[in-house]
Amino acid sequence: MKPEWKDFVGGKWESEVNVRDFIQKNYTPYDGDESFLAGPTQNTKDLWNMVLDLQKKEREAGGVLEMDTKVVSTITSHGPGYLDKSKETIVGFQTDKPFKRSLQPYGGIRMAEKACADNGYEVDPEISEFFSTHRKTHNAGCFDAYNQEMRACRTAHIITGLPDAYGRGRIIGDYRRVALYGIDYLIQDKQAQKDSTGRVMTDDVIRLREELSEQMTALKMMKEMAASYGFDISKPAQNVKEAIQWTYFGYLCAVKEQNGAAMSLGRTSTFLDCYAQRDLANGTFTEEEIQEFVDHFIMKLRCVKFARTPEYNQIFAGDPVWVTESLGGVGCDGRPMVTKMSFRYLHTLTNLGPSPEPNLTVLWSTRLPENWKRYCAKMSISTSSIQYENDDMMRPVHGDDYAIACCVSSMVVGKEMQFFGARANLAKCLLYALNGGIDEVSKKQVGPKYRPVEGDILDYDDVMSKFIDMMEWQADVYVNTLNIIHYMHDKYCYERAQMALHDRDVKRYFATGVAGLSIVADSLSAIKYAQVKAIRDEDGIIVDFETTGDFPKYGNDDDRVDLIAQEIVHKFMTAIRRHHTYRNGIPTTSILTITSNVTYGKATGNTPDGRKKGQPFAPGANPMHGRDTHGAVASLSSVAKIPFKDAQDGISNTFTIIPNALGKDAKVFAGDIELDLNK
Amino acid sequence: MKGRIHSLESFGTVDGPGIRYVVFVQGCPMRCAYCHNPDTWEMNAGTEMEPSEIIENYERNKPFYKDGGITVTGGEPLMQIDFLLELFTLAHEKGIHTCLDTSGIAYKPNGNPEWLAKMDKLCAVTDLVMLDIKHIDPEKHMELVKQPNDGILAFAEYLDKMHVDLWIRHVVVPGITDDPVYLKKLGYFIGGLSNLKALDVLPYHTMGKVKYEKLGIEYRLKDVPEMDKNRVPELKGYILDGIRERRAELNK
Repeated sequence: MKPEWKDFVGGKWESEVNVRDFIQKNYTPYDGDESFLAGPTQNTKDLWNMVLDLQKKEREAGGVLEMDTKVVSTITSHGPGYLDKSKETIVGFQTDKPFKRSLQPYGGIRMAEKACADNGYEVDPEISEFFSTHRKTHNAGCFDAYNQEMRACRTAHIITGLPDAYGRGRIIGDYRRVALYGIDYLIQDKQAQKDSTGRVMTDDVIRLREELSEQMTALKMMKEMAASYGFDISKPAQNVKEAIQWTYFGYLCAVKEQNGAAMSLGRTSTFLDCYAQRDLANGTFTEEEIQEFVDHFIMKLRCVKFARTPEYNQIFAGDPVWVTESLGGVGCDGRPMVTKMSFRYLHTLTNLGPSPEPNLTVLWSTRLPENWKRYCAKMSISTSSIQYENDDMMRPVHGDDYAIACCVSSMVVGKEMQFFGARANLAKCLLYALNGGIDEVSKKQVGPKYRPVEGDILDYDDVMSKFIDMMEWQADVYVNTLNIIHYMHDKYCYERAQMALHDRDVKRYFATGVAGLSIVADSLSAIKYAQVKAIRDEDGIIVDFETTGDFPKYGNDDDRVDLIAQEIVHKFMTAIRRHHTYRNGIPTTSILTITSNVTYGKATGNTPDGRKKGQPFAPGANPMHGRDTHGAVASLSSVAKIPFKDAQDGISNTFTIIPNALGKDAKVFAGDIELDLNK
Repeated sequence: MKGRIHSLESFGTVDGPGIRYVVFVQGCPMRCAYCHNPDTWEMNAGTEMEPSEIIENYERNKPFYKDGGITVTGGEPLMQIDFLLELFTLAHEKGIHTCLDTSGIAYKPNGNPEWLAKMDKLCAVTDLVMLDIKHIDPEKHMELVKQPNDGILAFAEYLDKMHVDLWIRHVVVPGITDDPVYLKKLGYFIGGLSNLKALDVLPYHTMGKVKYEKLGIEYRLKDVPEMDKNRVPELKGYILDGIRERRAELNK
């Protein structure tokens, strides 16, 4: 056994890259409460105040403090950056100083230029020239290959938010590998993978060999980058401080090279706890020191920044990085995977204060320890910063070493990745079905010239059959557009750092998504249960609706409409599954437009459910605002009926409730009268 | 027997123990000055529903209610005792915890024997009653809710006799129901009840005001401010004092 692994329980993980095996053999479940946690050190407070100060300056400067316009960001492009070197226990920034945004043109030079220009900077003309003339970008590749129909769909927003001008993101490297094995072993492993490819040089084999070489280059650069901060990461980490640092360096390399739509961290806490337990037992570090490392690590994650345009920020409602970290969950053997480190991560919300990043996500199971559940609830109440996901639902599909990318996309760390595919606008698709492919806003023929609906009163069977036909067309153009996007992203903007921390043969999910589900469900319900009259403009295009009578609305646990929603998702997924997908990706779909529902609404005309042109969609799989009138359980039940097998990339429900509706204030709680009397 | 239902809340967290399916029935004879559901007053409005439909809705989402159950509130549930009896009987057959939130106004100790017989049966299928005593003083009670309180107090004693668990709720309104003397009197009264399990003191809020505007009804407490939540422990303390005093006497 390597000296760095002393005192760990050995196993398969020693002779192959297998982080899960290491965790399962070495983690210590913790079912106690939070009383062991340590507060922030003076250094932590000082450093955090510096970050707060920078945040303030950044806001005052209009959202961006500084942008790099000259140096194209790579793993090694920038020298070390610090807040205060003497106080930081975990180090590393994307560029040579905090809050300076890096220049990442591989996704698209125009996007990079615009991000600078909109913030008052100008990309060095030489770089612009280089990336327009000599080195093609992902964005340029996509537009070279798109056909007319794809361009028209893109402009009309029937498929929308496509990652063809920005990094697709959603790939989680297994950053823990850097800590457990050290870079040298990982390079050796990659070399062996390259030596094991087939000898017949088909396109696939050539691409694989080139990618593995790229990955090895990235690994070497990681070592070099770490060395610039004074660390030798060629060997495994020796203690928890190094393990956090090595893991963070792995992640840092990813965000130095990829400005992805979601750059998630994975599932690191229980892994790191194995080191913390060993160090506590050996007296290497105290609880206070370990909490300080965690606080500094989380602080760094809160400082990840990208150069983005105002349009991008509009789609994503702000400037999110989606540094999602998955906590807790239950192992396949039934042991909860909650450790002291899971508590330490959430405790950063107390030590540093609430924050949306990193996106701390609790994998929830009914079988989690009671103390952990209570602590999560307490932290949710005091910070509103925790996301919850259903572990009992995902574990049977992904096992116990998966993590969430972005907000709901689940994948096994280091073994699965996904091609992020934005959304198909189903509400607009329904309107195309009514109008025979004519866009209700631009009045152009965007979809196929199918027969439009006739007569004034809409007939459910007629509309449903036309809608399914139109959805088949939409799925076709959507999947093929994505095929181009991911081909080009792999070619011109390959995620070498993240993929270096994956197995050779990864399972690729081909993610699609839908927007406007509740609108379509309610619209079809209105057509079925009430009377909907179509109103046509002077060109005979249906532009509005008159509804007489009431109809069941999605969000009230009413099967009459909930089953329509279920059917739409199933039909859409069936249509998607019919198509060839790039690199044989496994098609999935998501219903998770958490932030872009406003933008999609702007591009979509009046809908039969009564929603007016330009009004926002409901986020994700949410019922339309105000239409769920039977309380939270009924509303959640409607959402829960959407089959996970048809929406495996995730179903999101944005849930807001006033605190008083969740139960009584501790002060006025109706408790046991005997207890009251004995006070 | 169909009931007149005002609305259904699938996620009730303040109307009894656990997460509860809450049925708001339509119709109430009381006219409490601070009622926050004036839209449930009218007797002949609402939607008609069978008890079986309600149980069906409950059963669909049973996992949510494992520490909770069904609460019927309103409106005044006892105005529809036939419906209530059928609903709770059905619920008990399914092992569902039943809670009745009432003002007790429908109860008359020497009233209709047929009604009282039904009430006896209802007690057998009711796990918990939340009884809202608006004011302990008969005159002040009349002033506040336009109804006498003797039946209500008798109802509390009746429930004790029938061994139905009881939570007492009391809304504290600044200047109206926050007088320490009356609070202690209230405590003294409920201190005599052996079925008393909890005391829920609710700070008056003005969230119902907007409903009055919509319904075009005058809001009688329009000049009364909300109760400061922080005063609740102190006010509750007066009631607890009353309970202690009564219990001490009874234990002599």
